[in-house]
Amino acid sequence: MSVLLIAEVTDGQLAVDATAKALTAAAQLGDVHILCAGAQASAAAETAATLQGASKVLVAEDATLGHRLAEPTAALIAGMAEGYTHIVAPSTTDAKNVMPRVAALLDVMVLSDVSGIVDGDTFLRPIYAGNAIQTVKSSDPVKVMTIRTAGFDLAGDGASTPIETVSVSDDPGLSEWLEDKVAASDRPELTSAGRVVSGGRGIGSEDGFEIVEKLADKLGAAVGASRAAVDSGYAPNDWQVGQTGKVVAPELYVAVGISGAIQHLAGMKDSKVIVAINKDEEAPIFQIADYGLVADLFTAVPELTEKL
Amino acid sequence: MKVLVPVKRVIDYNVKVRVKADGSGVDLANVKMSMNPFDEIAVEEAIRLKEKGTATEVVAVSIGTPKNQETLRTALAMGADRAILVQATEDVNEDVEPLAVAKLLKAIVDEEQPQLVLAGKQAIDNDMNATGQMLAALTGWAQATFASELSVDGETATVTREVDGGLQTIKVKLPAIVTVDLRLNEPRYASLPNIMKAKKKPLDTKTPADLGVDTTPRLSVVKTSEPELRKAGEMVASVDELVEKLKEAGAV
Ligand SMILES: Cc1cc2nc3c(=O)[nH]c(=O)nc-3n(C[C@H](O)[C@H](O)[C@H](O)COP(=O)(O)OP(=O)(O)OC[C@H]3O[C@@H](n4cnc5c(N)ncnc54)[C@H](O)[C@@H]3O)c2cc1C
Ligand SMILES: Nc1ncnc2c1ncn2[C@@H]1O[C@H](COP(=O)(O)O)[C@@H](O)[C@H]1O
Repeated sequence: MSVLLIAEVTDGQLAVDATAKALTAAAQLGDVHILCAGAQASAAAETAATLQGASKVLVAEDATLGHRLAEPTAALIAGMAEGYTHIVAPSTTDAKNVMPRVAALLDVMVLSDVSGIVDGDTFLRPIYAGNAIQTVKSSDPVKVMTIRTAGFDLAGDGASTPIETVSVSDDPGLSEWLEDKVAASDRPELTSAGRVVSGGRGIGSEDGFEIVEKLADKLGAAVGASRAAVDSGYAPNDWQVGQTGKVVAPELYVAVGISGAIQHLAGMKDSKVIVAINKDEEAPIFQIADYGLVADLFTAVPELTEKL
Repeated sequence: MKVLVPVKRVIDYNVKVRVKADGSGVDLANVKMSMNPFDEIAVEEAIRLKEKGTATEVVAVSIGTPKNQETLRTALAMGADRAILVQATEDVNEDVEPLAVAKLLKAIVDEEQPQLVLAGKQAIDNDMNATGQMLAALTGWAQATFASELSVDGETATVTREVDGGLQTIKVKLPAIVTVDLRLNEPRYASLPNIMKAKKKPLDTKTPADLGVDTTPRLSVVKTSEPELRKAGEMVASVDELVEKLKEAGAV
């Protein structure tokens, strides 16, 4: 069995956490080749070559693959599919955009957000915002899937896997990149952070988020948010944790002013230690928290920041 | 410009989902069903395009059981002009897979020739996040997923997408498939007069056989189980106690 792992390449660099965790999953399925595709991808390929567990790194570098536009990227991957039993990528927004397109080009179903591997055909995936776990068996000749990386360990490094270049197919020229709005931050990246502090509607304003950010900085944590906080404009969209946002599983998750709707829990309930601070003792978040504090966040959070 | 909006009938997002004891699936008997929340946003966006004069007709499509008519009537009451029901099964427990849905939609696209398909980013039952992208592959059209802003300008659409790093704006050639995210708009409620009017709007029924599509699933569900339950921990009385507990647990 032979597995093509689509590395997560952002602006020419390898997203190591996502790729190395997906590699651990992919290595359970067979011999892994890692594909690094992008306008610039050779630096990413060099990094990928250090990861333990693959036998080859493939690099596809072409201007048309910049910004991971779906049409040329999917055409490239589908064109390379022959000989592989599995085509795998970490469940990032880039991969969720591209992989179903790849699957349909190959006339197979996609398996989204795979959280566990039973065997080469059988996989676990959460449905209904994680309220149920489905075991599904695929009858397709090639399994195209995205991996929910939170449940897999990082592959080790120190390898020196050989790198080969692959040729790039024609760009159908259907879409064009215009702009990225990315907020630069010194904080750890949300999905790979060891600690996360998230704020909800209870924070009440964009300025109010500062107290969440101060606690995060004290803990060296990433900052997350509920959908209500993002919708209200208190926090940017890429902070959203949940069913339709990011899935995190840090060592420590602190939920501040978050009620604990099922859609939010879907993105954080696999965290190791959960702390909830909420003024409503009935808030459902307390039913899954390891440590709950009923308090006004505007006094409790600054006090916590100071005492840590 | 014609806009096609696929709408899925799913368990209402407020319903607490229960896994059946025999592991055969989720209990869908006598639970409230609603339009997939993302699809409400797609319908709303299509209607706004029509109100702006960009779209000329909004056609809603749903694939599933005869009951999906109710979901289509909701779309019509919101302001869609016409609806198509593809009756693919009699059994609500039989979820039609995104690949089959995409093939059925492709057949409808061939008949209807829309310039834009506005779908939801994901169905909140199977959480697949796949159908729009698959339809784009089958039609060979451009795709713009996870839209939080959309503007249609003649031959192209400019779409701002919610991505892991923040926001990305792309321009796609029409015809195209756009899948919508939560922050694109806030869907309207249908007014009572519009609900009445919707009863008279045209609703066609077709079958997968009419459309020449084989909907045999590629994935078989071996079992459905409860996720590991997390126990409630302890309540602490003060910040000092919280700090102490976190230190004891080695979490800070
Ligand atoms: C299709 C769909 C997808 C969704 N996806 C997501 C998702 O990915 N992520 C997500 O988070 N949500 C998602 N939601 C929304 C979800 O259902 C909830 O609406 C949302 O999580 C609520 O956010 P919240 O807890 O911040 O707000 P609320 O539920 O309003 O809770 C605010 C909390 O703050 C507390 N509070 C207020 N003031 C204070 C104070 N001074 N001190 C202490 N506590 C205070 C209150 O007691 C309350 O518990 C989705 C919904 C739908 C329909
Ligand atoms: N059975 C269906 N009928 C109509 N539209 C559907 C159906 N299944 C999926 N869709 C559309 O595809 C989107 C994504 O669904 P999914 O790929 O299943 O997560 C939904 O938001 C709908 O717009």
